[in-house]
Amino acid sequence: MSAQILSSHRTPWTQRLNAWFYRHNQGGRLTTLVLFLPPALTVFTLFVILPISESGLYSFFRWNGFTELSEGGRFVGLRNFAQMLQHDVFHVAVWNTLKIVLISLVIQLPLAMAVALAVASKSRINNLFRLIFFLPFILADVVAGLIWRFIYDGGTGLVAAVTNLFNLEAFYPLADADWAFNAILVVVIWKYFGYHMMIYIAGLQGISDDMIEAAKLDGASPWKIITKVKLPLIWPAIRLSIFFSVIGALQFFEMAMPLVQSGGPGGSAHTIVTYLYEFGIVRTRVGFGSAVAVVLFLACAVFAFTYQRYVMRQRD
Amino acid sequence: MTAHSPSEISYSAHAARWGLMFITALFVLLPFWITVLGGFKTQGELSANPLGLPKVWQTEAYTDILVSPKTWHMLGNSVLITGFTVALVLILASMLAFTFSHIKFAGRNYLYSYVILGMMFPGATAILPLFIKIRDLGLLDTYAGVILPQVAFGLAMSVLLFRTFFEQLPKDLFEAALVDGCGYGRFFWRIVIPLSQPILATVGVFVLVQSWNNYIFPLIMLNDQSVYPWPLGLMEFRGQYGAEWNRILAYITITILPAVVFFLFAQKYIVAGLTGGAVKG
Repeated sequence: MSAQILSSHRTPWTQRLNAWFYRHNQGGRLTTLVLFLPPALTVFTLFVILPISESGLYSFFRWNGFTELSEGGRFVGLRNFAQMLQHDVFHVAVWNTLKIVLISLVIQLPLAMAVALAVASKSRINNLFRLIFFLPFILADVVAGLIWRFIYDGGTGLVAAVTNLFNLEAFYPLADADWAFNAILVVVIWKYFGYHMMIYIAGLQGISDDMIEAAKLDGASPWKIITKVKLPLIWPAIRLSIFFSVIGALQFFEMAMPLVQSGGPGGSAHTIVTYLYEFGIVRTRVGFGSAVAVVLFLACAVFAFTYQRYVMRQRD
Repeated sequence: MTAHSPSEISYSAHAARWGLMFITALFVLLPFWITVLGGFKTQGELSANPLGLPKVWQTEAYTDILVSPKTWHMLGNSVLITGFTVALVLILASMLAFTFSHIKFAGRNYLYSYVILGMMFPGATAILPLFIKIRDLGLLDTYAGVILPQVAFGLAMSVLLFRTFFEQLPKDLFEAALVDGCGYGRFFWRIVIPLSQPILATVGVFVLVQSWNNYIFPLIMLNDQSVYPWPLGLMEFRGQYGAEWNRILAYITITILPAVVFFLFAQKYIVAGLTGGAVKG
């Protein structure tokens, strides 16, 4: 009865829907949304967002992943986290990850900046050097690692050649707890400085020549021009490359695989992700591995948000 | 300052610049030099003569690999995985970015932020649940089991690059098309995509290099050697030949050669793609 009254002074709902659809679907707007949005969003949600969230859930369980979580999993609260935080190998892994950041800031990025300044101007020879410096970056991480694994080989590699030459005892840097991770850091610089150089070159090429000419006319020395004109002007490029270095350090994994097995001698060469691999995946401890993943997630999130908030947004 | 004449300063500055360039180039190229020549040396010559040319050029290590059907099979696996990954990312990301840049709808900016979130988190944060999901879908040891995670993790950066490009397209273009009765769908396929060749190449190269070099997803998802892409094959080869470094170095050379040639031909797009739009042009 009441429904009849309500609808009697209105057009039937099918017609209203039609009108609404016509209004909103101009140019096939709705059709396009329905066809274009779901495929990418489904893949992204299913294989990125959902698994990251599930890491959060699994981190509270003791579970090997071979049975259903509801059957084989045992809720252990924060015990995975406690165990991880008390594990001295985890401390080494965090410290090593920080070391990659430190070595980037102190050696890699300054080297990248120095060569960027050296080869930024356009010329054939500069272009050649740029290509050379960028070359290691296009290699797969496992390939870069394997090449250096040979160089560091105390039996047949370059290190062996040097020790043979001076009649020294055979030395295996990657098997030495004091040397292994430092040796890896050299490979990190070798592979990635060219990438940062490219970012800086793009910044340097954006500086107008007038600016440099004006500074020269004012009697600025070449060194002053670099420190007082060029560096401040390419600060946006620098802060971007710092961002990439830190995110790269946090996910450092693939290059370590061919260089050292299971975190190197005594676990001295672990980083956060190799630690996750060794103690979560290899030992099929899904809960524990997920706890490591959660810590990694938090580290990325906290860094990304504070860096965006306080460094990327600041006025130049 | 006053103690030096201008020409003296520029002379030492020049010397420092060239010194830096040559020493750095040496540091970069030496490992390549050792690797390529190492494959032509005998095992004994490797440490006795690390830098010089081989006394006798041994081609066996190279030919053994090149005639092995396993090598080519693995290359085929890599081509398949990378090909599908690139194609899917290009299609899915460009469609998504187009809706973000050209169609207004409620929650658009939230949805965009949601996708961009994917850029900040490495695959490792998802790897265990991802393995379980791929296993439950029955996709372990299949190409799809590697392709799907690679596509998913490639989307965020690609959508960002596409959206930035699409928004720079002239607005009149679309208004004119709409007046002419061309809908969004046709506008996208007939006008936007043909105009987007530079960004398609940039994103394509970015995803291609990422997928071609990727190790962690195949490592977790693939157990069966018949579906191994080459980074896994390389590590397996290394495991098999242990300390026979001349063979391993030959194998490395063969795997990096196509990458280097490709790099030389497509350097513009590779630099733009790999520096993720941080570098323009």
